[in-house]
Amino acid sequence: MRLLDSYILPRIAQWFMVVFIGITVTFLIPRLSPINPVDEILARMTAFQTMDPEAFKTMRETTLALYGLDKTLIEQYVAYWQRLMVGDLGPSFGNFPRPVTEIIAAALPWTIGLLVTTTIISWTAGVLLGSLAGYFHSRRWAQVFERLVVVVYPVPYLIIAFVLILIFVAELKWFPLMGGSRGDAALTWEYISTLLYFGFMPALSVVIGATAFRFIMAKSLTTTEIASDYVQYAELAAVPRRKIILFYVARNTMLPQVTDLALSLGLIFEGALITEVLFTYPGVGFVLYNAIYNGDYNVIMGITLLSIIGVATAALLIDLLYPIFDPRVRLR
Amino acid sequence: MFTTIRDLFKFSPSFRFGSLILLLVAAMLVLSFFSPYDPGKLRRKVKRNQPPSADFIFGTTSQGEDVFWTMTFAVRNTLTISVIAVVIGRGIGVILGMLSGYFGGTFDRVMQSIIESIIVIPRLPLLILIGAILRGSLTIYSLGILIGLLDWAFPSKRYRAQILSLRERDFTHTAVFSGMSTVKIVVREHLPFIIPFLLADVISGFLFSIGIEVTLSYLGLANLDSPTIGTMIYWGNYYQSIWVGRTWVLIAPIVAAICMVLGFYLMSVGLSEYLDPRKRLVRLTARAGDEADNDDPRKEKDDAWAP
Repeated sequence: MRLLDSYILPRIAQWFMVVFIGITVTFLIPRLSPINPVDEILARMTAFQTMDPEAFKTMRETTLALYGLDKTLIEQYVAYWQRLMVGDLGPSFGNFPRPVTEIIAAALPWTIGLLVTTTIISWTAGVLLGSLAGYFHSRRWAQVFERLVVVVYPVPYLIIAFVLILIFVAELKWFPLMGGSRGDAALTWEYISTLLYFGFMPALSVVIGATAFRFIMAKSLTTTEIASDYVQYAELAAVPRRKIILFYVARNTMLPQVTDLALSLGLIFEGALITEVLFTYPGVGFVLYNAIYNGDYNVIMGITLLSIIGVATAALLIDLLYPIFDPRVRLR
Repeated sequence: MFTTIRDLFKFSPSFRFGSLILLLVAAMLVLSFFSPYDPGKLRRKVKRNQPPSADFIFGTTSQGEDVFWTMTFAVRNTLTISVIAVVIGRGIGVILGMLSGYFGGTFDRVMQSIIESIIVIPRLPLLILIGAILRGSLTIYSLGILIGLLDWAFPSKRYRAQILSLRERDFTHTAVFSGMSTVKIVVREHLPFIIPFLLADVISGFLFSIGIEVTLSYLGLANLDSPTIGTMIYWGNYYQSIWVGRTWVLIAPIVAAICMVLGFYLMSVGLSEYLDPRKRLVRLTARAGDEADNDDPRKEKDDAWAP
């Protein structure tokens, strides 16, 4: 029960706070901006046609009413929450009248698939390689690898992905650029192999950056950890080095890594968004990109909202699993 | 200050290498002031789509811009955005972090729970939403302000942690007991500890804002008429430069971006090495005993790039 009071409840309270802030901010941004989204939308709709001024006026009023923009800010805010509670994000302007939720739902599996795969791969690879490189820091391979990581780590996702496209897609033509798969969705090897083939480059571009980050953290944690008495004792006791690093040192560096995973999920998500745009991968990022071009504010707002809630929820889940890893939290 | 920089040069190869790269970036920055072109009127000045040659060392773009000179402006503008973002972000971060750390109590608790929540929120979708609504009216200055306003939560947490630890040090207690005023303690005793952290943090702020600038401009959300690293990539991509074999249009900004982030990052690596007390000990012994670090050359080499 103490765990519940001192750890789980505050975490859940924080989740509500994040969601509240996120929803309020996404509500306020379009309304506080000097540009009225409705006028923008109307300008787009009427750009290539002449329109009766009366009809235009009616259309403007209808659109304003559709968004409830003719009411006061407080009333709008309440109405906004009411709509969100029933999961209504409004219609898309690009594909009127398809609801935003439907569009996002269609794209979501792609993003989640990309995100989960890359997170698992980069976290495992980063922690493992980082601890090994930290422990065997004087070996040649560790040094070479580290130099590589230091060069890759600060480079923005977009640039990494662009360089990959330049080399592997444009120059060598090993991988395709468009889409996520070929053929009909089915659990056959043919379909799954296209899935892997099309997903490889997008995943790789996210994995490179995320692994570099994890590697640097794991290495510095390991460097601190191997100075501990227990490591020296184990070495004196002639415990195999493989065992020391994998069973003792890596396990101890795991805890801050789990905490940090919850914090860096947002970053990985951002990387996935960009990658999808660059590789025309059919996930949420690509939908977002199209929405930006079509001025589809409802879709942009929906995705912003969803990403805040999604990332916060994933972080909450990781934090709730934390007591399983850390006996100190469990027994507090 | 000068001894610090001299030490960094002497003992940190990554700092040395990083500042060399930044020197290159600085050269671009300086050159931008001596450009034969007007920054507002770069387009339709030269023949389009020329590959690199003696006249145009990095070639020309599909809009008739000289890639090399456009790049000098791009470096300058991207750095301008980053400087604005860093000043605003770190400004808010330092102030809130220090207030939280010194006041403690309810203020600290409320601030921390707000900051914890803000850290989890992914910033890019938020920036995209703002950028999409303000499209066209987002100049390099307002973009810098915007990035700064979204990048203070994590730094402020780190400053708070620093203050909390400084407050408990013996020398703080000594100063308090000897009747030193609070302002004096903060300015004279604590600030010297904060400033090196601020430096390392400023660099990570640069990395973040360069990344965001490139991303937002690539998505076409920034002002596409002022050359930045991101807009150069945007236009290169707009004219399908990869697929028609005009890669020089893209390679120049990509290399410039990599140089910028790498230079900053390597400097910060050197700096944080310098701040690490264990490494400082190595350095001190090296300075005292003439060639103390020469007896284990492998160790020295190993430390070279360690973050």
